Amino acid sequence: MTTTPNRRIFLSGLVAAGGVSLAGCRSETYLPPDYGSLFGVSDALSMGAQRLILQRQPLAREFAPSLISRGFPAIGTTLPEDDAYLRDLKTGFATWSLPVEGLVRRPLRLSLAVLKAMPARTQVTAHSCERGWTAIGQWTGVPLAHVLRLAGLRPEARYIVFDSVDGWYESLDLFDALHPQTILAHGMNGAPLPVQHGAPVRLRVERHLGYKSIKFINRIRVVESMAGISSGKGSLAAEFGYSWYAGI
Amino acid sequence: MGTPLQHPRARGGKRHTLLVRVAHWINMFAFFGLLASGIGILVAFPELHWGETGYPGKTPWVSLGMEANFDHTAWGRNVHFLSAWALVANGLVYLLSGLIGGHFRTRLLPTRHQLSRDHIVEDIRQHLRFRTPPGGHGPDYNLLQKIAYLVVILILFPLMILTGLTMSPGVTATFPELFTLFGGRQSARTIHFIAASLLVLFVLIHVWQVILTGAAEQIRAMITGGSSATEAPE
Repeated sequence: MTTTPNRRIFLSGLVAAGGVSLAGCRSETYLPPDYGSLFGVSDALSMGAQRLILQRQPLAREFAPSLISRGFPAIGTTLPEDDAYLRDLKTGFATWSLPVEGLVRRPLRLSLAVLKAMPARTQVTAHSCERGWTAIGQWTGVPLAHVLRLAGLRPEARYIVFDSVDGWYESLDLFDALHPQTILAHGMNGAPLPVQHGAPVRLRVERHLGYKSIKFINRIRVVESMAGISSGKGSLAAEFGYSWYAGI
Repeated sequence: MGTPLQHPRARGGKRHTLLVRVAHWINMFAFFGLLASGIGILVAFPELHWGETGYPGKTPWVSLGMEANFDHTAWGRNVHFLSAWALVANGLVYLLSGLIGGHFRTRLLPTRHQLSRDHIVEDIRQHLRFRTPPGGHGPDYNLLQKIAYLVVILILFPLMILTGLTMSPGVTATFPELFTLFGGRQSARTIHFIAASLLVLFVLIHVWQVILTGAAEQIRAMITGGSSATEAPE
């Protein structure tokens, strides 16, 4: 069949086209950390294309509270099997605190009370799960940009890494981390964040699929590169074969 | 062959131009990549909803009657988007060249003759009798065949791409109009499924027709281009 070489030429053309469009851009906002594979080609194209059309940082659509879904599936971990977590749960997270560390001028340790006292944003958004379903929820939390401003990013800061009490980790580059709808949510549908949805604090990243909005956050790290973090692919989801860039 | 379905052979002696042949096979690989991975993605939530929302626990429009299967989401999404980029890039080249080079006008646009009432009636009658003219006589497509190709190229594939993009939270942040166009993300997902099913139906009929009209000769022509010198036995 003459088709295979044609297809190969076409694919390598795609790679070349991707490379050309990337030249001259800050690579961290156009290339995902997990681009080094065949699928990395399409991941990089999707991310690059979306970063181009998202340059003006539009907000994801928000809904009236009357449209909040009656059901909201909770997937992944719904109750972490961690002794310290279960103790915190019993005390209403009274002694729980969230460290913000790494490439910051002022490392922080934020209690839940302090987080709840910070300026909050409430948004009613559609949660699009990678499994295919969509549900609308209301989220209340501190804009991540506010916390990062308090901590003071060092100039070499590029990625924000979120560790979860269940061993999961996720990361954002600054393009998404500083977006106004990217919040550390401590409330859902007008009540404290329920356990199955990631209490006491989860991430909300509204221009990505659900798996980017990691639950049960217990540490925030600011780093220059994802290279030194676990496999270097940027998230545990990426290690399981899901693309790091989840805007599609 | 003096039937009213036959028309003068198009230029060049080749039945299919190189660009059409390359585009056809890239499209075939991309389509099957999209189809297989699309099924893999679908089975993680084997039900269809209309409107903005749809989730396990909400009454669906259609349930596919199977257990949700999450084993195929990760590879499915990877193959889906790689294939989608290939299909879109290939499709753009094909569309532009077809519009500029006259491929659509000379081969796919129904002729005035074909649009006469007598011809339309005759064409439908021939189709209803499942009377298939032998293949190997050039790409002079009949009216219903032209309409099928145009519907696939100009309606179903663009619909697939637009409903696909409506499921992307990144794209819809910039183009929320897509939600308005299709009536919500779950509506877009349902239309994506329906259009995909129609494309599968097209492929089945397409392959059936290729077999009926001489699969070996038809496939050879789509690879080598075929030429008037080596065929036309009459």
